[in-house]
Amino acid sequence: MAGSIALRTKRASAYRPIASTGESLLTRTILITIALATLALFLVLPLVLIFTEALKQGLGAYFAAFTTPDARSAIRLTLITALIAVPLNTVFGVAAAWAIARFEFKGKSILITLIDLPFTVSPVIAGLLFVILFGTRGWLGPWLQEHDIRIIFAVPGIIIATLFVTFPFVARELIPLMQAQGSEEELAALTLGASGFQTFWRVTLPNIKWGLIYGIILTNARAMGEFGAVSVVSGHIRGQTNTMPLHIEVLYNDYQTSASFAVASLLAFLAVLTLVVKSIVEWKNARSHAQAAREAEQGDHQ
Amino acid sequence: MLPGFGLSMGFTLLYLAFLVLIPLGGLVLYTSTRITWGEFWSRAVTDPRVVAAYKLSFGASLIAAVLNGVLGLIIAWVLVRYEFWGKRLVDAIVDLPFALPTAVSGIALTTLYARTGWIGRLFDPLGIQIAYAYPGIVLALVLIGLPFVVRTVQPALEDLEQDMEEAASALGATRWQTFYRVILPNIMPSLLTGFSLAFARAWGEFGSIYFIAGNMPFKTEITPLLILIRLEQFDYVGATAIGVVMLVAAFFLLLLINLLQWWSRRHQAS
Repeated sequence: MAGSIALRTKRASAYRPIASTGESLLTRTILITIALATLALFLVLPLVLIFTEALKQGLGAYFAAFTTPDARSAIRLTLITALIAVPLNTVFGVAAAWAIARFEFKGKSILITLIDLPFTVSPVIAGLLFVILFGTRGWLGPWLQEHDIRIIFAVPGIIIATLFVTFPFVARELIPLMQAQGSEEELAALTLGASGFQTFWRVTLPNIKWGLIYGIILTNARAMGEFGAVSVVSGHIRGQTNTMPLHIEVLYNDYQTSASFAVASLLAFLAVLTLVVKSIVEWKNARSHAQAAREAEQGDHQ
Repeated sequence: MLPGFGLSMGFTLLYLAFLVLIPLGGLVLYTSTRITWGEFWSRAVTDPRVVAAYKLSFGASLIAAVLNGVLGLIIAWVLVRYEFWGKRLVDAIVDLPFALPTAVSGIALTTLYARTGWIGRLFDPLGIQIAYAYPGIVLALVLIGLPFVVRTVQPALEDLEQDMEEAASALGATRWQTFYRVILPNIMPSLLTGFSLAFARAWGEFGSIYFIAGNMPFKTEITPLLILIRLEQFDYVGATAIGVVMLVAAFFLLLLINLLQWWSRRHQAS
């Protein structure tokens, strides 16, 4: 399902253009132009606009947008949410990937479908699920009210909704990676007397390191940027339950466009950083693949 | 035998139980015990404002997914088959919608395509309104769905055997015939997967549309927004009824696409 966001372990196809299977220069130029124009119009131009609008009123105004009490509170809440959601979802992702990629069991495809669920469920419905569970008129609402515990329209609700929308990412990065690597090295370590924990720490972890790093960075970007689900459970209380994306919305609707784009530029920067990390990780993977292939070839010659 | 199956599996199931199964169970139980058929019918099936939202969400998602299919195929094709300056950068930037928060792309697109925006002002003299109208919604959905098609079609194109194309050309097929008769049927399952992922994502999308849609009831109000509006009025019944319709529709769409994929794989094999 969500294989589309997984890292690609293979790079560069073996395609070699020859006259009978290539296109004319004109066709090539037209297709490249369409592709580049689409990406420029939909991706590059919005990105350029975010930073242009953010800096429109000068650097002073740009930095002032981060120092208002509401902005500080939003940044703090976003950091707290990510600080809780990312480690929990990382542990989940590693555990789920270990169970799914290393063992055969009945109902595996059902388990994978469950993990993919947040990709197909609307973020607003994700929020709705927790309102029905914890909201004042929901299942646990009366009990929570009696004990003076607030989840909806409070920080715990924001964290739970964020957990829900971002839990698949680490698992989704690691499962294909670990399946491709196989378990020979781990079995060898166990045979040589390593404990299960030592095997994981010394053999598995170094092998999945780069995929794990990308999974964590992507989870973090999505946790900090989630809008729909958080919007439903937050209640938009300024200075209390507004995260950075919700603060962007408040500023934008208040016609404080520059300030809104200033906060947006932080998240846009985080997104670009995520793509840079992804490129580095794919490059590292391609290099280690090439090295492994070279070593195998040398082994054949000896 | 590797250790840790019980531990990792137990933790995974416990985590999923609390985060997914119990909340989903809560929704099902709420729908079946607290909403009567009559209520469900009047709130989520016959209410004209809700029906208008379904039509908008479905139509815009379909148009966007079709556009994504065409544009995504062209981008994947260009990235796999041609060499040009800056290709690696272009390849990296395709993933931007996965990492960019929807609220951020939402306000950026709105500012860009509003009447006074960099692109909107080019269309304004022609009398074409993009932001706060139907085209704006489609635009936002194309943006968020584009990487799904590119990233599913790209590997399929990379794996394509070139011999088939050479054979087709040797047998006298034109390049277009080769594409239409040989290449397209081979990558069809992946293209359908990408299309369905883009469609499913568009059907539930909220953040990026929220800003550009204008949110006028009966005109530019999408279904997820209606759920949010109902919840803001503490109308759990109305929100849940619409939510159930959205979930059931998403489920049937995925089922349909899976059938299509199965059919196209079988078709290809014969």
